[in-house]
Amino acid sequence: MGWFDKLTRPKRNIPSDLWKKCPKCGEVLLNKDLARNLYLCNKCDHHLRMPIWDRIALLTDDNSFIEIDREIKSVDPLEFVDSKPYPERLAVAINKTDVFEAVTCGRATLSGYKVLLGVMNFDFMGGSMGSVVGEKITRLLESGIEEKAPVIVVSASGGARMQEGILSLMQMAKTSAAIQKMNMASIPFFSLLTDPTSGGVSASFASLGDVNIAEPGAYIGFAGPRVIEQTIRQKLPEGFQRAEFLLEHGMVDAVVHRRLLKNTLAKLIGMFSGKFGGKNV
Amino acid sequence: MSRDFEFEKPIIELEARLKELKKISENGKIDLSREINAIADKIITLKEEIYGDLEPWQVIQVARHIDRPSTLDLIKLMSPDDFVELHGDRLFSDDPAIVAGPGKIGDFNVMFIGHQKGHDTEENIYRNFGMPHPEGYRKAMRMMRMAERFNLPVVIFIDTPGAFPGIGAEERGQSEAIARNLAEMSQIGVPILCFVTGEGGSGGALAISVGDLIFMFEFSVYSVISAEGCAAILWNDPNKSKEAARALKMRAANLKELGIVDEILPEPLGGAHRNPQQVAETIKQTIEKHLPPLMTMSREELLEKRYGKFRCMGKFCSEEELENA
Repeated sequence: MGWFDKLTRPKRNIPSDLWKKCPKCGEVLLNKDLARNLYLCNKCDHHLRMPIWDRIALLTDDNSFIEIDREIKSVDPLEFVDSKPYPERLAVAINKTDVFEAVTCGRATLSGYKVLLGVMNFDFMGGSMGSVVGEKITRLLESGIEEKAPVIVVSASGGARMQEGILSLMQMAKTSAAIQKMNMASIPFFSLLTDPTSGGVSASFASLGDVNIAEPGAYIGFAGPRVIEQTIRQKLPEGFQRAEFLLEHGMVDAVVHRRLLKNTLAKLIGMFSGKFGGKNV
Repeated sequence: MSRDFEFEKPIIELEARLKELKKISENGKIDLSREINAIADKIITLKEEIYGDLEPWQVIQVARHIDRPSTLDLIKLMSPDDFVELHGDRLFSDDPAIVAGPGKIGDFNVMFIGHQKGHDTEENIYRNFGMPHPEGYRKAMRMMRMAERFNLPVVIFIDTPGAFPGIGAEERGQSEAIARNLAEMSQIGVPILCFVTGEGGSGGALAISVGDLIFMFEFSVYSVISAEGCAAILWNDPNKSKEAARALKMRAANLKELGIVDEILPEPLGGAHRNPQQVAETIKQTIEKHLPPLMTMSREELLEKRYGKFRCMGKFCSEEELENA
């Protein structure tokens, strides 16, 4: 910040846990205003990351969400220790987020349609996918087949959870195989890609929607920008791996504003289902 | 590029000494057979000792050895007369980092697919060090669909540092290509046998590894992330690769224990690079043993079993288990 900004910017003594800065335009946004405004920047309309319960409220009908598989918890199969033991990292994450894992799943209605919804939580160890995330998403998809209800997964993840090693990697195969079964059963799967969706999550279920919808500006990619820059030794172009870049390259069906998401999903579900025979009943 | 490892130095030194002695004994008329035999025995003992007690980080070095038999080496050893390499994904281009085509193993007609690394810098640049682009994965999927159509079992060799992280790869949908393979391989209606021959590098390896049986060579590795990548992220220090290699538990024995790998295949003494012929023979025997039972299964049975195999991968603590405990 230059000296001029320092002089002209009104000094606000607000405790730092009450506000956030818009990562795009730098505007100071009060948390209570953000929650009211769907975590959109009121100056530049940037889509900030949305807490999971706000996301669930955004996409489902009032009080219709009933959580399932809440109690499945991670174990430490590799006895993994980096600078901290894995169980300690899990305890910190549980404490911070008030949920047991990086995805929250449930049954709900969306504009009256019965849906199965999974929402990933980036605040829980970077939304990383270990055995529990893979298992919960697979159960969600299998429930969709069994109950003939569309499945929506909202992704926000850095990828596979390194602390569970190869078991994390296998969750990519497990979830993707379940989607193949959904495809064969003609049950629609909607993948909603939010900021950020990368690595093993982007390279499995998140890219396999019948319809892939991304939020504006969301970072979506397989390899992280730092890894790519180090590999190819050149600067990445502006807007690389953003939602609009994926739209341009044919990898997502649509980039949809947060305020229009529920309605867009409702329209698609309605047309795809026709009570599941192609015809409206 | 050095082809030798620090930990192999004692072996290399003795091998040089052995060569020297043999030369002397051939040229002169001195009988050195006792000394020669003693050194030959010592080399075997040393190899057994050193290779029996490798650190995970050293196993990674062996798995990446530039002379380690590549996919094409193995195919040519197993199917010298019949293999026909087929190219291209019919969408964008041909990816030299993945090779594929029909060939024979003994009496079986099969579809071969595998990552392809090079044995020198020039070849490695052409093969992009065995790191595929989306078109490589899409070529592999095209071959699998073809295999299904003509009822050829699929034999896959896994040996890659990972899917390539680059601009073109992202533009053409690296994520989608990998994800699509994972989904579709689960329903390819012919037996799929996967052999991790070298480096099983993350999603780039898994993208052609959704098979009915997964075999891993003794000194191969298979991991969610490279030791170097993991060290950089979790330790914030690329020099901690050795620690990361240990923590990630990426060796064949670890994967067997975790229920990911079906069988560990032994390597020639001192690693696969010392005897590619023997590696090819091991693969051939493994296929002749495991393929016939898979071929008698119905399509439904085969696919149900494959789905079940991956469905139960993972370790966690569920509500029911808590209640039972």
